[in-house]
Amino acid sequence: MRTRRQFVAGLGSALALPVAAQFRVEISGVGATQLPIAVAAFKGEAGMTAQVSAIVRADLERSGLFRSVDAPAGLDERSALPPEVRGRGADALLAGSVMRLADGTFDVRYKLWDVVRGSEHFTRATTVAAPDLRLAAHRIADEIHEKLTGERGVFATRIAYVTKAGRNYTLRITDADGEGGQVALASAEPIISPAWSPSGKDLAYVSFESQKAVVWVQNVSTGARAAVANYPGSNSAPAWSPDGRDLAVTLSRGGPAQLHLVSREGGTPRRLTSSASIDTEPVFAPDGRTVYFVSDRGGGPQVYRVPTAGGNPERVTFTGAYNISPSISPDGKSLAYIARQGGAFRVTALDLASGTIQTLSDTNDDESPSFAPNGRLLVYASREQGRDVLMTSTLDGKIRTRLLSSGLDMREPAWGPFGR
Amino acid sequence: MTLTTRATLLIATAALLAACSSPVKLDEVPVESRNPTAAEGAASGTAGAGTSAATSGTSQSQVATVNTGAAAPAAALSQRTVYFDFDSFELRDDSRPVIDSHAKALTANRSGRMVAEGHTDNRGGREYNLALGQKRAEAVVRSLTLLGANANQLEAVSFGKERPAAEGSDEAAHAKNRRVELKDKP
Repeated sequence: MRTRRQFVAGLGSALALPVAAQFRVEISGVGATQLPIAVAAFKGEAGMTAQVSAIVRADLERSGLFRSVDAPAGLDERSALPPEVRGRGADALLAGSVMRLADGTFDVRYKLWDVVRGSEHFTRATTVAAPDLRLAAHRIADEIHEKLTGERGVFATRIAYVTKAGRNYTLRITDADGEGGQVALASAEPIISPAWSPSGKDLAYVSFESQKAVVWVQNVSTGARAAVANYPGSNSAPAWSPDGRDLAVTLSRGGPAQLHLVSREGGTPRRLTSSASIDTEPVFAPDGRTVYFVSDRGGGPQVYRVPTAGGNPERVTFTGAYNISPSISPDGKSLAYIARQGGAFRVTALDLASGTIQTLSDTNDDESPSFAPNGRLLVYASREQGRDVLMTSTLDGKIRTRLLSSGLDMREPAWGPFGR
Repeated sequence: MTLTTRATLLIATAALLAACSSPVKLDEVPVESRNPTAAEGAASGTAGAGTSAATSGTSQSQVATVNTGAAAPAAALSQRTVYFDFDSFELRDDSRPVIDSHAKALTANRSGRMVAEGHTDNRGGREYNLALGQKRAEAVVRSLTLLGANANQLEAVSFGKERPAAEGSDEAAHAKNRRVELKDKP
């Protein structure tokens, strides 16, 4: 039995937001155990551009780990714990206030109660710039997630992806809830393979604006950018080293696609693989010492790994004839990739220690899986009813959400790091 | 002339000059920088104004937009296409006349330059298809050089599955999309 719910993330009705990349979130296959939490309306938030309590509530619900319970009105962080909250079945209660200060910044204060014990989890305060009110709400949701589940939340992170409308391609950046979307790059030619720097300040990507594939690095907040790999042939598949100093890229340079390492400042690339086959889609292991990649040296494309210092590649995937687009979990233990099963391309997870394989989706045209920085969730591209869509899934495949946008084809998602 | 148009022209000119020079040396990395347009820069400045954040001084939510300008004009003086079988980089017999005529033209005119642009059908991953298309383009370039063209007259590039000639996912569309387009470089 499959439950299906729909709601508009952030309860858009009351909000005046940039509409470009708003997407609705559909949740399917919700897990059985959900923690009941009451999130009270924050004092002073009515009429503001972003309603903190609504954003926190939507974040928690979307994770599939929380269930929203009605909260009493008129609470803030200084209130006493109202006795009726326990009667409503809530295990936790969040209340707080938002105040606009004279310099235009916002003072946000909040308190999380342990309703069952009748005690306080924490009381906190933060001051943020006006455009960061939404970010402040996501950070509160992250703190609650971590306090109550023991795992770091990813609500304050961002996702980069590419949209296509006719011949207009845009590289967009949105909050992990799909709200607050902004355009980083607009082009009349394709854009593929965005990759976040470990700091979350830069995006590498492949742009065809010069009628061939060139790897660029762009500062997200300023828009300043430079081509870091623009050699004869194709330059593609950028992946950042964990220290953010180097990129692994695929260069053809007059031969088959091969992996190279290049400084993010440019400079002479160092060749990492030497085969007569296709070697592409590099991704660094979290320790930086190994690069996973795709090669068809054995016939069809399979995932291999090679020491970053150089050496002999070893094969990693053995099941199936076509395994591409590897993404490594932040703990380095799981590999997500796209496996062809018959005529279907599906997100698959491989436990590297045990070799256990699990198919995570039931769609047929999955592409480009990307791990959230807490390793609990993946975002990937798929196709539904003739449209390119983005999906998220938990690593166990139990909770999947579809991120909906207003009629745009969405592809090439890349989940950003914790920082920004 | 708008600022954007002028920028596009500058870029086009730069690309043209680059195309006419000898192949880029691998130890000289060509790095270009471009900044957001004035209008967009101003807009982001406005959004950030009056928000002296107590946290870090600037907004951490701001994203600047870069626009690469309008589509490049079709530069091709002539354009020929060769098609490939599924999962194959072998030149088919029916591509011989096209390859031969272009090899002759390049041999006769040593200042002539061409781009071989590889494409794939829409099945499978974007990056893997980019590499597959590159392999097809390299096969065409190799064939042209074996027939007398100089390597420095040719560049093999790929669009993978990003620029299909035919929409759709049936075999007829797939067959039209598995191709290499030969384009003159002005």
